[in-house]
Parts: sequence; C-alpha cells; structure tokens
Amino acid sequence: MSDFLTKTMPTTGPVVLEAIHLRKHYAVKRGAFKPPATVKALDGVSFQLEAGKTLAVVGESGCGKSTLARSVTMIEPPSSGQLLYDGRDVVGRTAAEMKELRRTVQMVFQNPYGSLNPRKTVGSILTEPLVINTPMGKQERREKALGMMAKVGLRPDQIDRYPHMFSGGQRQRIAIARALMLNPRVVVADEPVSALDVSIQAQVLNLMMDLQEELNLAYLFISHDLSVVRHIADAIMVMYLGRPVEHGPKDVVFERPRHPYTRILLAATPRVNPALRAERVIPKGELPSPLNPPPGCPFHKRCPYATERCSTEVPALRPVDERLVACHYAEEMA
Amino acid sequence: MPLLDIKNLSVEFTTRAGTFRAVDGIDLTVDEGEVVGIVGESGSGKSVTSLAVMGLLGSNGKVVADRMSFAGTDLLTLNPSARRKITGKDVAMVFQEPMTSLNPCFTVGFQIMETLKVHEGLSGKALRNRAIELLEQVGIPAPESRLSAFPHQLSGGMNQRVMIAIAIACNPRLLVADEPTTALDVTIQKQILDLLVRLQKERGMALILITHDMGVVAETAQRVVVMYAGQVAETRPVADLFKAPRHPYTGALLDALPERALGKRRLPTIPGVVPGISDRPQGCLFNPRCRFATERCRIERPALFDVDAGRARCFYPLPDGPVGVEEALR
Repeated sequence: MSDFLTKTMPTTGPVVLEAIHLRKHYAVKRGAFKPPATVKALDGVSFQLEAGKTLAVVGESGCGKSTLARSVTMIEPPSSGQLLYDGRDVVGRTAAEMKELRRTVQMVFQNPYGSLNPRKTVGSILTEPLVINTPMGKQERREKALGMMAKVGLRPDQIDRYPHMFSGGQRQRIAIARALMLNPRVVVADEPVSALDVSIQAQVLNLMMDLQEELNLAYLFISHDLSVVRHIADAIMVMYLGRPVEHGPKDVVFERPRHPYTRILLAATPRVNPALRAERVIPKGELPSPLNPPPGCPFHKRCPYATERCSTEVPALRPVDERLVACHYAEEMA
Repeated sequence: MPLLDIKNLSVEFTTRAGTFRAVDGIDLTVDEGEVVGIVGESGSGKSVTSLAVMGLLGSNGKVVADRMSFAGTDLLTLNPSARRKITGKDVAMVFQEPMTSLNPCFTVGFQIMETLKVHEGLSGKALRNRAIELLEQVGIPAPESRLSAFPHQLSGGMNQRVMIAIAIACNPRLLVADEPTTALDVTIQKQILDLLVRLQKERGMALILITHDMGVVAETAQRVVVMYAGQVAETRPVADLFKAPRHPYTGALLDALPERALGKRRLPTIPGVVPGISDRPQGCLFNPRCRFATERCRIERPALFDVDAGRARCFYPLPDGPVGVEEALR
C-alpha cells in the first residue's frame, strides 16, 4: 500500500507520520442474548504526512475522523495496521519509548471553551506538559511559556489569567500554545476553527499557517468545512464510513473530483460567490448506521450514479488521474 | 404594509454587572413571502432579536420599541394570552439545536399533535392524519411509524425536520429559523435549507433566516441584514451586498472568508473582538476595529444612511462597485 501511495502522490520532504491499513473496530453490546456487533470505525486507512505539510481529513459525522485522530495521537491503539513515526512502528514499543513518542504528536481540540481547565491559569496550563515530560526548573518553564505566548500572539501579562477571561479566539490560541510546548512534529487539529466566528477563524487559520512555516509542523487537519480545508490543506482525504473514498493533492481533488461523494460534499457547501456554486447534485438520505453498513460500495444507497454492480461489489481504492479513489466508475466522473 | 414591522427595537438585560443592551435600536421589516437573512457574529444580538419578536424572552429581558406590529396587530400592547395565540400559529420558530429543543420525554408525534390541538382544535383521527401529512411534507420516510419515535431514536437531521413540521403545522405567515442548520452536516444542511425554501415558496410564507454562515445567506435570502453589536450595520438586497458591501464591517467579514481568498496565503482579518457589556466604544461601535475610522467616527455615532437600494450605518460607506477593501484603502 505504501508504494501505492508514493506512486500516486510522490512525497517531496521527509515523511514524519505514515499510517498503513489502519483499522479500529469496536465491539458494541446489543443486548443479553445477542452476539455483540462490530463497528468498523476505521477500516483500512493509509496516508503519509510530510513535515511542513497539511493533510486535511473531511467527511460527515460518523465517518471515522475523530477515531482517526484518537489512533494517530496514540490515545487508543489501532485494532490492526501500522502507525509509523519517522519510520518506526508504534506497536511493540516499551512504555518509556511510547512516552517519548507521544511528545512528537499533540492535539488541538474543537471547542476552546471545553478543552481548557477553568481552574488553572494560562501559565499552569502551558507549563503542565513541561512538568510531566521534562526536567526543566520552574523559572525555565515559565520563560518557555512566555516565549510560546508571544509566538501565538498573547501578551506576557496575561500569563496569570484564567481561561474565562479570554475570548474564544484567544482561548484557541492558548490551546495551540499548549500543543506546541513540547516541540511536537505533528499536530492533530480536530475542527480547530469550527466553533469560532468568521473574523476570528481567519486569525486562527493565519496563526496556524505562520506556526507551520516557522516550526516546520505537519498538520493532520480534521474539518467538515471545505472552504477552510481548501485554504489550509496541501492534500485532502475524504472519508465515508471509516474508509477513504478519495485521497489526493488538494487542487486535483477540488478541481476535478472523481468520487460522487466528494462531488456532493462540494456541491452542498454554501458559496458566497454565485459563480462558484456547483451544479446541484442533491444528496439523498443520511449516513447509514455504521453498525449495519450496506453491502457493496458503502455509498451506493445515497449515490445518484449507483448501478447494480455498486450494490454487490466493494470498490477498491485505486489510482485514477493523480489521486486515489474508491469508485467503480471513477473514470467516467470527469 | 409589511407583515412584520419593527421600529427602533431595543432589548435590555439587567445583570449583576449592570444593564446590558443586547439589541440597540434596530429596525426590521419583513414583507409577505419575503426571505430575510440576518447575519452577524456571536454577540451581535441576532438571536435576542428573534426571541423578542416571538415574545420568548425571559423576565429579565426588557423590550422597548417605537413600533412592533405583526400583520397590523400591535405586539407591544397585546396581552400575554392573545400573544400566545399568535406565537406558534401565525409566527413560528425553528431553533438551532434540534436535539435539545425537542422534549426527550415525549414522542415526536405527541409534540406535533400538541401544537395542532392547541391552535387548530383538532382531535382524534383528523389530528393523527394531519401529523402524518406534516411529517410527509418535511420528507420523513415512513411517517406513520415515526409518530411513536422519541427524539433520541432519530438523527439530528430528522429531528430538525420534526422541528420544522411543528413550526409549519398551523400554516404560519412568518417562520423564524434561528441557525437551523448549524448543528448539522453539510449534506443534511443542504437538504434542510432546500426544504425550508420549498415550503416558503409553496406556502408563500415569510422567512427570517438567522445565521452566522455567509454562504447560507447568500444562497437562500433575498434581503440581508448585517448586525454588529446589537445594531444593524447594513441592510441590502442579497446580490448587491455580496457584490459590493458598503459598510466596512460587511466588507471585512466577506474578505475574511477563505472562499474569497483563493490563491492568497494569508486571510485578511478583523483585529479585536465584538464589544461586550463593559467595553462599548464611544462613537461608531465598529470604530476600534475599522481600518477607515476617522476622528468623527470616534466621537459621533453614525445613523443608518440610505445607500443604493439599502442602508448602511457608516459616515464613509465603501465605494460602489465590486472592489475589495484592499483597493479602497489605496
């Protein structure tokens, strides 16, 4: 799979993170006398993430975006598949090695109102990762926190304030600063701007791009907002029911989408400019229950182009026109 | 005569920190069958305005207006029981979070039938049939069996359809939708917006669509009201507003959209935040964040001036024609 990826999307820089056939299955109890069902939250996801680049993961709720974030940040181990940081597999590491590895990947959450402890000052929020992971002294930690605050655009006199004294945008700056305290190489951002107003969203996106340039960070950017993704991403992976359905460089996917689901997502995104509004492909129905996915192509029940073949045969992810796409009729979707 | 006619509406809340004016002298008219979009960032007073129209504000919210009338009825002097006859019947509302605005303890059928019982006096078989018919109209498959479903058994999109069914149950003349799609995925958002527009056209009902999403307004509304810090900053027909915003705030908001910045690496931003309870500036409320602010803006508060086919609250409206703020600065 990995040479499959490299052939379609050649990498230019060092690959920091590579996922190969990542799977995460959960057993769900259905009642005392029924056998437990399996939810395939992630079902064979592969990607490569380069230093200084952004991979955006898009899809509707329930598509496995957040499970992917939990696997990549090593909050939960994958059921099968490999996760390689700098070419080293995560599975089979000792506890000490895992602790070291966890420092290289940090996370920024969606809701800055819920992800910061209201009883801690900014200073103690920012220095906590250092207390746990480094032998730094108190003074050194405080200096590092002040340095990071300056980087994300917070004033040094705000270090002793509590989260409630900040606006939403400033709180997201604190969350970003916290994620960067241990000099990670990968930042997983789970909908980092969707709780923010438009003008604030622009500030935070600019900040994230500046920091990426300065620190050569790799972003795994999870979002449902395609206009934000188009602005910030280098590559994009569209997911549906735990599987990637289209994965390729941003411009290729946005300008010539080959999977019907990508086309529907693009058409459904409200546009300000009437000229940019795509022809209306009206999406049918809703995401099926992941407990009971349809046979064949998981998307065929909602797909306007589905045929007999789609309801029986699962389409494989294959290279078509500079990207990977999982659709039997990708060639015809021009 | 407009269907909804509001002149100089203010809403004040008494808090421990003092009185806070969430809505500060806004005018709003909605004609029969018109779709008006209200946009603004959080804290701009758009939801409070809609709650004032519906008469759903809590007891600490004080409503003052020169005029607030619906279809010729003065809502300000109406006694509460007469007001309740209008609310939910002629003026109905769809709220933001379908999961929390439906009552989890009752079936969706009960919640639809409740409205019909109170306002239309239906009962028995007729009541049930009308509820099924409504669920069918909002595109819920197998409506008979869904009557006995509880909200937690339905998805967010389905619950929002139920909310809309309740809202249109009594053929309202005005529907107020407060962020009806914010909690939903884009494909479901599209379905719900299409549904609202279809119902609006079929029934000739007026629709107030409140949202923070510029794209949603641009695609749905006929006229747009841009709110800032409790005031109307600009009100214009939709095409004009998005082609050539006249208020610097509208211009800056549109420039901050990633969609408009294609090819540019950095997004233009608006410095600062919406003024809150304690930091309302003197003069124009937008002046601390405005790139064009002059001495006059810092002292004197601008009125809503007429600009082409609309109004803008600015002494120095942006030039007409499709120019961005960047060019105007030069």
